[in-house]
Amino acid sequence: MSKVRVLVGTRKGAFILESDGKRANWDVSGPHFAGWEIYHIKGSPADPNRLYASQSSGWFGQVVQRSGDGGKTWETVNNKFAYDGVTGTHQWYDGTPHPWEFKRVWHLEPALDDPDHVYAGVEDAAIFESADGGKCWRELSGLRKHDTGPHWQPGAGGLCLHTILLDPSDPKRMFIAISAAGAFRTDDAGETWRPINRGLYSKYIPNPTAEVGHCVHRIAMNKSRPNVLFMQKHWDVMRTDNAGDEWTKVSGNLPTDFGFVIDVHSHEPETIYVVPIKSDSEHFPLEGKLRVFRSRTGGNEWEPLTQGLPQRDCYVNVLRDAMAVDSLDECGIYFGTTGGQVYASADAGDTWSPIVRDLPAVLSVEVQTFA
Amino acid sequence: MIRVELPSHLRNLARISGDVTLEVVGPVTQRSVLDALEARYPVLRGTIRDHGTLQRRPFLRFFACGEDLSHEPSDTPLPDAVASGAEPFLVLGAIAGG
Repeated sequence: MSKVRVLVGTRKGAFILESDGKRANWDVSGPHFAGWEIYHIKGSPADPNRLYASQSSGWFGQVVQRSGDGGKTWETVNNKFAYDGVTGTHQWYDGTPHPWEFKRVWHLEPALDDPDHVYAGVEDAAIFESADGGKCWRELSGLRKHDTGPHWQPGAGGLCLHTILLDPSDPKRMFIAISAAGAFRTDDAGETWRPINRGLYSKYIPNPTAEVGHCVHRIAMNKSRPNVLFMQKHWDVMRTDNAGDEWTKVSGNLPTDFGFVIDVHSHEPETIYVVPIKSDSEHFPLEGKLRVFRSRTGGNEWEPLTQGLPQRDCYVNVLRDAMAVDSLDECGIYFGTTGGQVYASADAGDTWSPIVRDLPAVLSVEVQTFA
Repeated sequence: MIRVELPSHLRNLARISGDVTLEVVGPVTQRSVLDALEARYPVLRGTIRDHGTLQRRPFLRFFACGEDLSHEPSDTPLPDAVASGAEPFLVLGAIAGG
């Protein structure tokens, strides 16, 4: 019998939402790690009962948790993220050099083929790797030591590495994104990296087409076409058809192209979803209407999806890691809001309903599909 | 025996109920107490002191005998009442937020 498990990270704990394939009735467990910020939880594609969670706190720092039974029980693993070698500096908000300092793990990405192999994207921006289920972490320092590293500058949320995409067709290729440095790609399993920001235009930096400095909010991929990526930048929705060598703007008829999340239908690689947000100073939907926009043409032509979503007096935000898709025959779409709602659509976005309404502010949403 | 009181989040993390009692060899200082605490509960490494610098995390405080010892050097002997176990060494979260 098919089943989905939705992993929700919030400002005050983690929640696990489970349903059968109809996705109509849900069991909710949590809060796990009550009182802690859970930036991200994700399951291993190689062993869906292996979960990793990033647990952090302004008081007590970073903890990493691991589960071997789908989130029923957890054990702590190593929380030591030591930068490799001389840490050097990046730019601070005022443009002065600032030493790299570890703050938290934003994103955990288990490898496709080994539940003990997992990547961590951290603030200040760097990528770490564990080959033993989190017992020890090693920085893939070629990224941070890129020639442009001293010029990277934090976005409002910090200098965070928030997106890690693994190429299922090439185990040595990965894509990452950093606010506000931009997107990078490795073709040698993380030893060396290169910026992939050509085609991006960011009017908030001195040179709008600079090699780095772009505030990329999220990148998404359909695993059947790993060379095609979709990006929600600070402003602008973009796509690339050549693994980031060149990006093209596909905002089209969106009412605003500021936003955080973007995702791709699991079976239709040209069907993509965004949640437009009014502006970078007003982090809420236009006109108080919470609308997901769907494009079935890989961008440019967008339609609002509103059925079941609040269409008045709604002023929540949807953060960058808070949308996910399942892979059931009828693709399910999920997103969480800063108001604590997790919405689900079991019909590719046509209709929506809240699974839960009153969680703490949602930081991340991931979905596991059990066919 | 040294008594240590931890905030609830750290007790939950380390699966501790109640106070912790520790044997500390040699001078009883912040450093030796926290070394013994982390040796007993490795999961607490990095949550009270930074992994690398061993500096107190900024939003934590160390109290004992009605005094704030947070800014004392980590090798300064703790009060006799802490060393004898008559008074606990308190680790607590600073008030932050409204």
